[in-house]
Amino acid sequence: MAGRPAGGGAPHRLHRRLLPWLWLAPALAPVGVFLAWPLANTVWLSLRDAGSGAWAGIDNYRYLATSAEVHTALRNNLLWLALLTGGCLAVGLLVAVLTDRVRYEAVAKAAVVLPTAIPFVAGAVIWRFMYQYRPPGLPQTGTLNAVLTAAGAAPVAWLVDTRTNNAALIAVGVWMTAGFATVILSAALKAVPAELHEAARIDGAGPWQAFRHVTLPQLRPAVVVTATLVAVSAFKAFDIVYVMTNGNYRTDVIANLMYRQLFVDQDYGRASAIAVLLTLLAVPVLLVNARATRRVGR
Amino acid sequence: MTQLLSRPAPAVTAAPAAARRARPRRVPTHLALLLVCGLWTVPVLGLLVSSFRPAYDISTTGWWRAGEGTLTTGNYRDVLATGGFGTALANSLLITVPAVAAMVAVGAVAAFALARMPFAGRRAVTVAMVALLALPLQMTLVPVLRLYNAAGLTGTFAGIWLVHLGFGLPFAVYLLRTFFAGLPEELFEAAALDGASTLTAFLRVAVPVSGPAIASVAIFQFIWVWNDLLIALIFLGGDPGVAPLTVAVSNLVSATTGQGWQLLTAAAFVAMAVPMVIFFALQRYFVRGLLAGSGK
Repeated sequence: MAGRPAGGGAPHRLHRRLLPWLWLAPALAPVGVFLAWPLANTVWLSLRDAGSGAWAGIDNYRYLATSAEVHTALRNNLLWLALLTGGCLAVGLLVAVLTDRVRYEAVAKAAVVLPTAIPFVAGAVIWRFMYQYRPPGLPQTGTLNAVLTAAGAAPVAWLVDTRTNNAALIAVGVWMTAGFATVILSAALKAVPAELHEAARIDGAGPWQAFRHVTLPQLRPAVVVTATLVAVSAFKAFDIVYVMTNGNYRTDVIANLMYRQLFVDQDYGRASAIAVLLTLLAVPVLLVNARATRRVGR
Repeated sequence: MTQLLSRPAPAVTAAPAAARRARPRRVPTHLALLLVCGLWTVPVLGLLVSSFRPAYDISTTGWWRAGEGTLTTGNYRDVLATGGFGTALANSLLITVPAVAAMVAVGAVAAFALARMPFAGRRAVTVAMVALLALPLQMTLVPVLRLYNAAGLTGTFAGIWLVHLGFGLPFAVYLLRTFFAGLPEELFEAAALDGASTLTAFLRVAVPVSGPAIASVAIFQFIWVWNDLLIALIFLGGDPGVAPLTVAVSNLVSATTGQGWQLLTAAAFVAMAVPMVIFFALQRYFVRGLLAGSGK
């Protein structure tokens, strides 16, 4: 296993060329079997009809381009992308940076991480009670409406009202995902040499300036990774929507649409086309990601 | 922490600690943390309180009025008395621990190759890994299940370890690659001067200083695998002998009538306990300054 980058003869060069692939093989094999091959299978199915029996040409993709339900779902996914990513990064950065300065770091981070460890079905139970709505006049059993009515305001039908429902669903997503951003950013923060920050402070920088010009640039790669992973999960958002509204009241998302095509309508062609679309949607995220890390990667 | 470092760590703790004490105006920090943690805890608190209430009370009054109704440990008793609860807990551990260990080990090795070994196709492999992150799991299930039926892997622990490995690796590889790529060049130059091989550079330099990153991957893979219901249902089938906690709990709730849903609240806290123990156990790797003094 000597991979010393020294000059050498032909066998040595061959060895050096093969070595990275040797290191990658244990990862590439399962990823190939469980992800890459199913993806190829999916692309093939997306060109077949509902029962995968006959060629459908681009029919399934025409459905994607022309269907109103796909467009609503896409619009909602963009909302998820912006708000989930923004929300998780903001909370994650705040908690990671602030907990680094206090003694109760583990406990404070745990409060934000706890929701990520709650099995989703149980999380859905409590959020249904957070958002529960009863007509004005009746005692409210939902936490948010109880707070609103106690303050003298009218209760809101959070999950039905089209002005609030997408935001309400995404808020559950932020609650469940911010802990993830917090831990990754906190891990990255620990790798920022403390002396850098202290040196800036000694040079007269305020805490905000030191953060903005010293800590944040160092955190950049981790912020990009976190944003990428959260953005991908925004495209794949499914459980929350499926359990809380099942896509009704204009809250549908792409993954829920795919689930319906797959298990309710049993249209494998359309479901596969949607899956291909989901994978393709990640490409712009990848491009932004590649640009942002160019300076970091070697 | 120091036992992880192969070389004696420079005195890194003294300086930041001194500076920390001198830092003024900590009140806004505490207030901001209190606000965020409070917001995040309210739903958990609601769930915790609800887990001690009977089903009728939960659906008729808000959880903050629990004091007026009856409180009971009945939900917990019902969950813990589930037939084969002990087996299910053991199965969850048997599924999660090897799967996560394999994922972290294989992921770290691959990530190191992508971050630190120049070779043709490196960029393509990295991009493909991230693109596969976006592939919806539901689409992979049917082809993989067909393969598993043919290979006789359904209903086996080995089979489910491999599924979790395949699905989880892109995340582990992508995250660790970024951390390894960000490590200071001098660390590796020093190792190379000492005549270290690639393997030594990985085991003695990259891994020890990447404690927080490796711990984050382990924490989240543990949470995800531990809480997984879909993959367990599909690839382990209905055999209670291999069913994890999530499957046992979901069997408590009737799919047709929804009866027994209040048990989910108690089950959540039972299920959550183990990942949170892992979270706190791995916190000791979240220490600042492992890298301090290694650069200039």
